[in-house]
Amino acid sequence: MAWLAGRIAVVTMQASNKTVGESVPTIQRQSGTDASSVTLGGCWSAAAMAQPVVWDGLRGRLTALVSEVGQRGRWDLRGVDRLDHTGAQLLWNAWGRVWPAEVLALPAQRAMLDRVARYSVGPPKPQRRGLWQRFLGLGELVYQVVDHGRDLVRLVGQLLLDLMRLARSPKDGPWRDVSGHLYRIGATALPITALVGFLIGVVLAYLMAQQLRKFGADAFIVDVLGIALIRELGPVLAAILIAGRSGSAITAQIGVMRVTEELDAMRVMGISQGYRLVMPRALAMAVAMPLVSVWTTVAALFGGILASDLVMGISPTYFLSALPTAVQVSNLTLALGKSAVFGVMIAVIACHFGLRIKPNTESLGEGTTASVVTSITAVLLADALFAVVFKDVGI
Amino acid sequence: MTDDAAVVEVRKLWSVFQVAGREIVVHKDLDLTIKRGELVSLVGGSGSGKTVMLRTILGLEVPARGSVSVLGRPAEQLSDHGAASRVGMLFQHGALFSAFSVLDNIAFPLRELRVLPADLIRDAALVKLQMVGLDVVHAHKMPADLSGGMIKRVALARALIMDPPLLLLDEPTAGLDPDSADAFCALIRSLHRELGLTVVMVTHDLDTLFELSTRVAVLADKHMIVHGAPKDVIAFPHPFIHDFFLGERGQRAMELLREYPFAV
Repeated sequence: MAWLAGRIAVVTMQASNKTVGESVPTIQRQSGTDASSVTLGGCWSAAAMAQPVVWDGLRGRLTALVSEVGQRGRWDLRGVDRLDHTGAQLLWNAWGRVWPAEVLALPAQRAMLDRVARYSVGPPKPQRRGLWQRFLGLGELVYQVVDHGRDLVRLVGQLLLDLMRLARSPKDGPWRDVSGHLYRIGATALPITALVGFLIGVVLAYLMAQQLRKFGADAFIVDVLGIALIRELGPVLAAILIAGRSGSAITAQIGVMRVTEELDAMRVMGISQGYRLVMPRALAMAVAMPLVSVWTTVAALFGGILASDLVMGISPTYFLSALPTAVQVSNLTLALGKSAVFGVMIAVIACHFGLRIKPNTESLGEGTTASVVTSITAVLLADALFAVVFKDVGI
Repeated sequence: MTDDAAVVEVRKLWSVFQVAGREIVVHKDLDLTIKRGELVSLVGGSGSGKTVMLRTILGLEVPARGSVSVLGRPAEQLSDHGAASRVGMLFQHGALFSAFSVLDNIAFPLRELRVLPADLIRDAALVKLQMVGLDVVHAHKMPADLSGGMIKRVALARALIMDPPLLLLDEPTAGLDPDSADAFCALIRSLHRELGLTVVMVTHDLDTLFELSTRVAVLADKHMIVHGAPKDVIAFPHPFIHDFFLGERGQRAMELLREYPFAV
């Protein structure tokens, strides 16, 4: 540390560093014989200048004086209480980044101006993208999509391998993780899914009642509500709610682990991310999703029964006795199977986006948004696929 | 304000935290006065409340009892409008806004005043960027693309954008390699000298401490046990000071003191 020898121990003070109650910056031209002399006063600091009234007056006056006095002027800064870098920059820019003929300044002010003069440069050019660059960007986009696809396939393959490993030695499985996720994904989602399901049931029953009454087919409300809620709306509603609620949480959780280098720590210890992070979440989702879906369906049916009783006078007893004949059991099986698939899809997509997050906060936000949007879209796509494939089952 | 006016004045400070229903007293009847132009290092074992002290000076923590005044005003008012012109803080990990580029980070406090024109703000930010020893080519980079040393420099430039008279540093050289740490120390010293700053820093790094400090304040047993020139602090009889400064690590760093006597 030989360079230390050159240090200077004397601490020179700035003329004044007052910040409380800063005075307004002033600028005036000497009258009479000394017409080319400009005197400055007050506080030329960012805080003092940054009041709209002060700034408008100051800027106008400064540009006017610079053009009047020109480079041959004499600028007297000695009366200035406080000059900071922003004030010095303002003066330097107003002078056209050239020293005027004469500047009278205190040593500290001179140093401040010198520093600003030394470091004032043209703005660095932001990199503009040319046409070719944009074309290449398009290709990059395609590569990105391919990359996502490859990662997803790899993730699913790893999940299958991990499940096989679990099947071989179930005793060593990460069961504590699974139960924790089950609680967080399943149990804590019960109130919100029940509320949403109930409201949808009420709304659907009200709307259907009006339509059915036109045809005098009041009793068919049981069929309509039964099929719609049990086969479609229950599982899809639950899946969308869980995708928004737990899908985002999973992505953010794994993403934060990336930001805090926990993922790297796991890898260094030789712990498989797929086995400890992805598989427990996928398993918990596969179990919790059908249960939450049934729960949502029950809440929706309850809302539907209540609304039918109020609007159409169809008694709950009749509704419940007619339900088994209106809805075949295979609908329930289909709904459960669908829900399990939705659950695994949400978990895999959420983990996929979580693992791709880069270690910065912006990427975390983008990843979470992309995860929720993708998983909801994927759920609806898969639901459409189910509807087409199983069109002969249960109806 | 005269030259020996107190920039930071802490009187009978009590810092108390509620942890799981229990009261934990961090500071008890603590007094501290920091005068204009001083470069004070806060030293203490882990958990002795150095960072709490810094946060209290910034007004981020409200004292349970006692008073803290900064630049003649209560610390709680420090974070009111225009705070960047009164105090600059360098956080341990930089705390750069990751959504902004380097230039936007530095210019942020000035832009938020919503009065000054964009070109003046840009020029001022570019000057600060070069004052902390960075090249203008880094202006459009994002914080995620910077090295640890560069992050600290950009954070320092942001802290200084409105030329506050008081600068607080939390572990300024932690996480930097020795060369970067030395360079960063040199930067702080030159800024302290050129801008006439008052600097308060928390540090564990004895090299940094002896290189920079004009005064050292030692926190232990919930009190400020000693506050004075480094030489006097080392001579103070207290087990913490003995372990901290006179251990093997301390002996090595003290070589600095003997080689460069004006640091004392």
